[in-house]
Amino acid sequence: MSSIRVNPETLSVLDRPNSYIGKTVPRPNLERLLQGRATYVSDMELPRMAHVVFLRSPYAHAKILKIDATAAKQMPGVVAIVTGKELSAVITPWVGVLSHLKGLKSAPQSALAIDRVCWQGEAVAAIVATSRATAEDAAEHVAVEYEELEAVTDMRTALDPGTPVIHASLGDNLAFERIHDAGAVDKAFAEADAVVEADFIFGRHTGVTLEPRSVVADWNAAETRLTIYQGTQAPHMVQNIAALHLGLRESQVRVVCKDVGGSFGIKVHIYADEMATYALSKLLRRPVKFVADRVESFNTDIHARDHRCKGKIGVKRDGTITAFEIDDLTGIGPYSMYPRTSAIEANQVVNLVGGPYTSKNYRARARVVFQNKNVMCQYRAVGHPIACSVTEGLVDLAAMKIGMDPVEIRRRNLIKDDAYPCGSPSGLRFEQLSHHASLSKIVEMMDYQALRAEQVTLRKKGIHRGIGIASFIEVTNPSAAFYGVGGAKISSQDGVAVRLDAQGSVICQTSITEQGQGSESLTAQIVGSVLGVSMDRVRVVLGDTDMTPYGGGTWASRGAGIGGEAALQATKILRKNILDVAAVILQSTPADLDIANNAVVNVSDGAPRIELNELARIVYFRPDTLPPGTRPELMATKHFVPREYPFAFTNGVQAAWVEVDTDTGFVKLLKHWVVEDCGTIINPQLVDEQIRGGVVQGLGAALFEKCIYDERGQLTNANMADYLVPMSGEMPDIDVGHVVSPTRESELGAKGAGEAGTAGAAAAVSNAVNDALQPFGAIITEIPLTPQVILTALGRI
Amino acid sequence: MTGPVTISLDVNGERVEAQVLPRLNLADFLREHLKLTGTHVGCEHGVCGACTVRVAGEIVRSCLMLAVQANGAVVETIEGLSDSGEVADLQAAFRDRNALQCGFCTPGMLMAAQDLLRENRKPAREEIREHLSGNYCRCTGYQAIIDAVENTARARMELKA
Repeated sequence: MSSIRVNPETLSVLDRPNSYIGKTVPRPNLERLLQGRATYVSDMELPRMAHVVFLRSPYAHAKILKIDATAAKQMPGVVAIVTGKELSAVITPWVGVLSHLKGLKSAPQSALAIDRVCWQGEAVAAIVATSRATAEDAAEHVAVEYEELEAVTDMRTALDPGTPVIHASLGDNLAFERIHDAGAVDKAFAEADAVVEADFIFGRHTGVTLEPRSVVADWNAAETRLTIYQGTQAPHMVQNIAALHLGLRESQVRVVCKDVGGSFGIKVHIYADEMATYALSKLLRRPVKFVADRVESFNTDIHARDHRCKGKIGVKRDGTITAFEIDDLTGIGPYSMYPRTSAIEANQVVNLVGGPYTSKNYRARARVVFQNKNVMCQYRAVGHPIACSVTEGLVDLAAMKIGMDPVEIRRRNLIKDDAYPCGSPSGLRFEQLSHHASLSKIVEMMDYQALRAEQVTLRKKGIHRGIGIASFIEVTNPSAAFYGVGGAKISSQDGVAVRLDAQGSVICQTSITEQGQGSESLTAQIVGSVLGVSMDRVRVVLGDTDMTPYGGGTWASRGAGIGGEAALQATKILRKNILDVAAVILQSTPADLDIANNAVVNVSDGAPRIELNELARIVYFRPDTLPPGTRPELMATKHFVPREYPFAFTNGVQAAWVEVDTDTGFVKLLKHWVVEDCGTIINPQLVDEQIRGGVVQGLGAALFEKCIYDERGQLTNANMADYLVPMSGEMPDIDVGHVVSPTRESELGAKGAGEAGTAGAAAAVSNAVNDALQPFGAIITEIPLTPQVILTALGRI
Repeated sequence: MTGPVTISLDVNGERVEAQVLPRLNLADFLREHLKLTGTHVGCEHGVCGACTVRVAGEIVRSCLMLAVQANGAVVETIEGLSDSGEVADLQAAFRDRNALQCGFCTPGMLMAAQDLLRENRKPAREEIREHLSGNYCRCTGYQAIIDAVENTARARMELKA
């Protein structure tokens, strides 16, 4: 690219000289991770730090009659043993509701159970000792007497009159219900040539972050200040909640988030045991560390999905979809999680079903019920895998019914690419999507016709392969519509402060957080590009409520779109401020100057005029040499939040090519394709790897992952040997393609990309398996697609 | 409880003597006693592979081995392999391919990958997938890791050619 620019102010950051936007560059923070020199919370030690271990209920539902810690308290190294009642002196209970989810109810939850436990794994006592091993030893000597109560485990009977009500004060086990009716659904079904119904079943699963949840809480009684070191996606949210329930001002709580060993939505919530750890530090006036072990992770990290959804679709012979209808049921455990609530997933399902299609007739009911199992809440792609599997499963069943190709029925019903802006029957607003361009692209990438031919040939040899297609929409860049309007103090804006240091390098503080997605990289890429400095001159600081602007953090695919735009806007101001002072120093005008390659240059010929380190030297150390009245400001701050659209919807399509062994029931994933549209792509490699990682989490749900509870509410596979996740041996290569429709809400134009992979992967695989099994007349609408499920459907067992 | 036992071993080229309880596992010994926190603990039951280290030249799950069993042994961790430069090319390949996101599995993954490349100079893609199938990665979906190992194998072959 030429460095000669006629008027750099009119250029977007996308086409400035030496822009990093749209380029694959390595993440700046990788070396410490590669050398084993990162700092995860589980690595941290502080002087006088004690370790807490939680004694957890072996019952799903029981009264706590007595806790006897006399013997345990005498053991050497034991600092304290604290019960729920004792801890309630320092921390107040909470209720996980949001006012915009009308009718959502939940019961007060305490940091440690008081009088009653409501799920297997709920903490009943905290054992604090000088080492974790000592605390574990002591825990074995704490005697708890329980009176077991009947456990509510089956969501299908949770609302029956004969089923015990878990929280008597709530009157029943219904946490939330939403009913939606748009268009003329009954008429649309009556006018359809075929109506297809199916029951979709989704296994309860969890995120399995490789680093378990970890906290070090450090109450300094002299400073009356609590520092929380925690692997969290939302440091300011944790600050707000900790302060609120410990009776502190937010300024008395600092949350520091260093390296995080996986999050995926698991680490965006407030967990009772983490709250207990904060409270214990305050109570005991010393640092306290909690690191969940793997069994605790399975029993207490939020679970997700676990939906049973009846679906119905009407279709005409020409392929026109006339209506969708769903009735969704989900069980969320005994409490709605705090502060984001456990009604969001079901609410999303209602919002998203049928979303890619033109049909305006849509009826939905979603019910969210309490049960005596671990808590459920938002995990990567919240609600999307359910909505996508139901929608795309129904579309394929409709196509099958009328004998139409799955690609063709989508071509006839997906919203046209030139129809935007438009809305969905559930009330969603779409700025610009690209379903048709995406579908065309994936058909080409996978060579659809050749695969169909191969499928036919192989069938004759008794090899059963299938193709599954799944179009999807995805919520990204959420505004205050997600949580703020419901009363949760979860920021939807993010802020970035950027400053030139005394050697001409840049320090950038951002409120978005890093858990491996590449937040640090994309921020440095934007700052470097907009300012005109090389990335190695940009240091990004994040994850510290004392050090960064106030903001939401990294969740709901918002980091690049919201935090990235804040970085862009802040850097534009810094650039202007630098050019203003440069013009003074150089006796030029700002319009004649630009910044490129770490120096102020002439716009006219690109010739370097002054290095940024020299400019910084003058400003910081020799301001006396500047003309009177010159007051340079080499730091700038901007915040950004989307205002026009509540969410920046993205879209895409996935395709799976699978082989089903009809003797063993095993599914082999041969190949997977994704085309998605996240708007402006800041770093293609990071986007592709977010997609691939997201797909594989979706494939886990499709084939392997399920928290298996027995009828008494006991989780029977709470370990990594029995709870299966995708491993390298079973995973396919995944081809990723893009269509780019930037959002016009921001100058950057970026939408989110972190959840698209998870949104549609299971739907594509399910459709592929059903496609493979067509000759057998077997239709499966349940995941995970275990050999047992497949062989049962085939009538083999 | 049995009292502390004296052990003596070589860790990343340093002679180490320590008093440890017999029940202490090697992962906790490395992390808590020697502060070598690059060895990560993901499951503590030998499944996830995050704690993979090299003992007497063989990769082991350090959560499944007791510290006392390492008495007299040569133990190598990610810090040692990083400082010696043994896996510098592999680390660079991981960086260039973004074969890590949160990085928690990475030290164990590098250990396992280097073990494969020492035994098999030209592994097929499926062999790489198979060899790493005892190491969980929850972020990447594995493809970038397989690519990085494949690229490293190819580069090492070219270097030798």
